[in-house]
Amino acid sequence: MSRAALVISFVLAAATVARAADIPLDQRRSDSDFISADTRAMQNDDSANPAMLVVLDGETLWNTKAGKTHQSCADCHGDAAKSMKGVAARYPAFAAEFGRPIDLEQQINLSRVTDQKAEPLAFESKELLALTAYIARQSRGMPVAVKDDAQAQPFIDAGRAIFEQRQGQLDLSCAQCHDDNWGKKLAGNLVPQAMATGYPIYRLEWQEVGSLQRRLRNCMSGMRAEPYDFGAPELVDLEYFLMWRARGLAMESPAVRP
Amino acid sequence: MARALIHVPATAKKGEIIEIKTLISHVMETGYRIGVTGVPIPRDIIDDFVCTYNGEEVFHATLYPAIAANPYITFFTVATESGTLAFSWTDQHGATQVQTAAIAVE
Repeated sequence: MSRAALVISFVLAAATVARAADIPLDQRRSDSDFISADTRAMQNDDSANPAMLVVLDGETLWNTKAGKTHQSCADCHGDAAKSMKGVAARYPAFAAEFGRPIDLEQQINLSRVTDQKAEPLAFESKELLALTAYIARQSRGMPVAVKDDAQAQPFIDAGRAIFEQRQGQLDLSCAQCHDDNWGKKLAGNLVPQAMATGYPIYRLEWQEVGSLQRRLRNCMSGMRAEPYDFGAPELVDLEYFLMWRARGLAMESPAVRP
Repeated sequence: MARALIHVPATAKKGEIIEIKTLISHVMETGYRIGVTGVPIPRDIIDDFVCTYNGEEVFHATLYPAIAANPYITFFTVATESGTLAFSWTDQHGATQVQTAAIAVE
């Protein structure tokens, strides 16, 4: 083995061992800090943020009767501006029905099935995204506050394991970009810290609104890894870890991202 | 009917330059994309947008396939008199959606 190859293999070996720790709490920044000023302005102006069209659809659905009980969300929960304030900041959350955490989309479907006696909505369907965006909008500006008690901890830990696990043909972990190299450039874009405070997001690349699970599956395809299916427990664990990691940061839903 | 968001100042001074913002939900499908089955997705776009101020045309735009989904069109006009601003979007099939906003000019 040549000297250069030895040096390279040593550097690679060191890289696999050395990994920066979690981002210190006071150095965490919203992903909005890593987007262009134009995109940020679009996000913060309700008359320019295209996700607000979906939020309005969600408001209509909130008041639409559904299922065998012929009840709307509003019939039980009343005014979402009051009853749903802060809710999205607390999800994923443990659901006794499943014996594990579920995310906001799954909670909406749980309520549809058990309370409204309606069919669950498909992941990434317009209706489910609209309801999720409308509910999440009610938490804008509120601090992320998912539970991290003993019941939740194993799932947060499982999410962390996926976040730190190298995967795919590129042999990358989420942490290598978002913990170790945030603020640097990947192609033309700044690598954000992956603080999932703005979901569902309007992504300019998608030209539509999408969920955090869709975004995570995107990242996994980018790493040439096999993405988990929508609703997979692994994805929810990862969502839980990301929200715990963003604890205390302000909710921005629905955010606009490049 | 597509969902539209319009922002017009409720009041303005006579002669003031006012900013108007409009956003409408539309897929703006270019016609150049191929679907999962290998068949091209047909073009479906809004191709015309007009704003009239008390019946007088103050802004007109022709849209093409390069415009992104959910077209956001913003422009300025001069507040001349109290009345109604009417916005109309017409798609390539000829279907038109009209929405109005009132303005009070002092």
